[in-house]
Amino acid sequence: MKPLTAFVKKECLETVRTGKLVILLMLFALFGIMNPAIAKLTPRLMEMMSDTIAESGLIVTDVQVDAMTSWTQFFKNIPIALIVFVLIFSDIFTKEYKSGTLLLVLTKGLSRYKVVLAKTLLLLLLWTLGYGLCFAVTYGYNAYFWDNGVADNLFFSAAVWWLFGIWVICLAVLFSSLLRNNTGVSLCTGGTVLLAYLLSMIPKVKGYSPAMLMDTNALLNGAEVPDAYMKAIVIAAVSGVVCIAVSIPVMNKKQL
Amino acid sequence: MDVLEIQNLKKSFGGKEVLCGVDLSVPEHSVFGFIGKNGSGKTTTMKAVLGLLRPDSGRISVMGEKVRFGQTETNRYIGYLPDVPEFYSYMTPIEYLTLCGEVGGLEKSDIAARSKELLELVGLGRERRRIKSFSRGMKQRLGIAQALLNRPRLLICDEPTSALDPAGRKEILDILLAAREQTTVLFSTHILSDVERICTEAAFLNNGKIAMQGTIAQLRSKRSSDGFIIETEHKAAADTLVKAFGDLQRTEQNALVFQGGEDRLYAVMRYIAENRMSVQRIERIEPTLESLFLEVTR
Repeated sequence: MKPLTAFVKKECLETVRTGKLVILLMLFALFGIMNPAIAKLTPRLMEMMSDTIAESGLIVTDVQVDAMTSWTQFFKNIPIALIVFVLIFSDIFTKEYKSGTLLLVLTKGLSRYKVVLAKTLLLLLLWTLGYGLCFAVTYGYNAYFWDNGVADNLFFSAAVWWLFGIWVICLAVLFSSLLRNNTGVSLCTGGTVLLAYLLSMIPKVKGYSPAMLMDTNALLNGAEVPDAYMKAIVIAAVSGVVCIAVSIPVMNKKQL
Repeated sequence: MDVLEIQNLKKSFGGKEVLCGVDLSVPEHSVFGFIGKNGSGKTTTMKAVLGLLRPDSGRISVMGEKVRFGQTETNRYIGYLPDVPEFYSYMTPIEYLTLCGEVGGLEKSDIAARSKELLELVGLGRERRRIKSFSRGMKQRLGIAQALLNRPRLLICDEPTSALDPAGRKEILDILLAAREQTTVLFSTHILSDVERICTEAAFLNNGKIAMQGTIAQLRSKRSSDGFIIETEHKAAADTLVKAFGDLQRTEQNALVFQGGEDRLYAVMRYIAENRMSVQRIERIEPTLESLFLEVTR
């Protein structure tokens, strides 16, 4: 247990001292502020553009915004935050393969699976922290300006999207154990997500694809019930665990 | 007892056989020089010992325990210094050693005392800066400190002196010599003066095989003599000798070197005596590791 905690501590120190933590927190805080800000600015923007829009034959009437507008923004923007997150941390394994820093700690007797676990733990922790921050900021502003009550299943939707992030991170860990450079890790992770997304467009498969977890609009406006997401949740959770479980033997067999 | 034993180790990379049956044994408390040309497979052998590479065949045991690829429990006996050690550059030396100690399962109080002691030994005791500002020599010394941290029975150093200036090299060699009291040292190199300076045993790796192994004295005695130097008083005498014995090599005007055993020497001396040539000196050339190395790697 001690080697694992020591390595988790090292990972935390790395995130702090290389400045990644600050970048991450700023990014998520910024996204959190942006959602209500955009919602708040929408009527103004519409007003400013009303002339142009009127020319094209549309008449802008009074635009109503509420917490719902802001939450829609939240779920629209959070994928970008996740992409940036994966890009920032795509080298968390590969950097160590390339520079050979892992060699020394492994020859000190650290088991390889502990490297996988420590890094996974850190990524899950950071994602939860960043996502939580982003959610809390948006929630706070929304509560101040409007009423969060208009959004149905808000916490469930947020949890579902958080799980989607976890699933993507598990994929990134798997590809990090398989591949040697971070571009490959980003591309393969992105590719798999795209595949899951394409699959979710087929009506029969939709309910099973983890990409369904991204689609929270129906939940928010009450058109869909949480039960409809259960299959996708189970599949995402199980395949996430499988990804980590597979990463360990892959890592064990990796030539460094 | 042998700390390290390698039997018939084979490894090829993409069809090219780098190691073709290496046999090696390193006795306890020796300073073992592992000599070979660049690209002869020294690093590959060492990585296989550390379980970082999967050998195609062969058997490696450390302290009598078999080395398994990937799951390297035998590494608890080993301290390793790669040719260019890379550390987490955002840490200070003491933080790094603490990480290594915790990862290696040492006690907290032990880590603190041992880190301090080792950093003193390698001359980094007062260094509070982060590793990213370190020079190559400092990194090498920190590398030795981290390798010695868990009191290894075998210290493996991959070309520890190759990239250093003469002062840095001397420091590293002195540290390795000091480490000999605590552990067995195996280090690879192609700098033969380093081997002659600190090693008790050595092995030559050539074309993926151990060409020769033994104590330094044994290796030297493998070739009783490289040949002889004859220096004559006058150039004319040297000319006559060259004519009489075609295989004499001229190194200077009056100096001749010839290869061969005692019989050849007596023949030449008889000729000199019969023709009453005046000779300044006749000297046996002491075999050096270098000539041995060149002969082995030819």
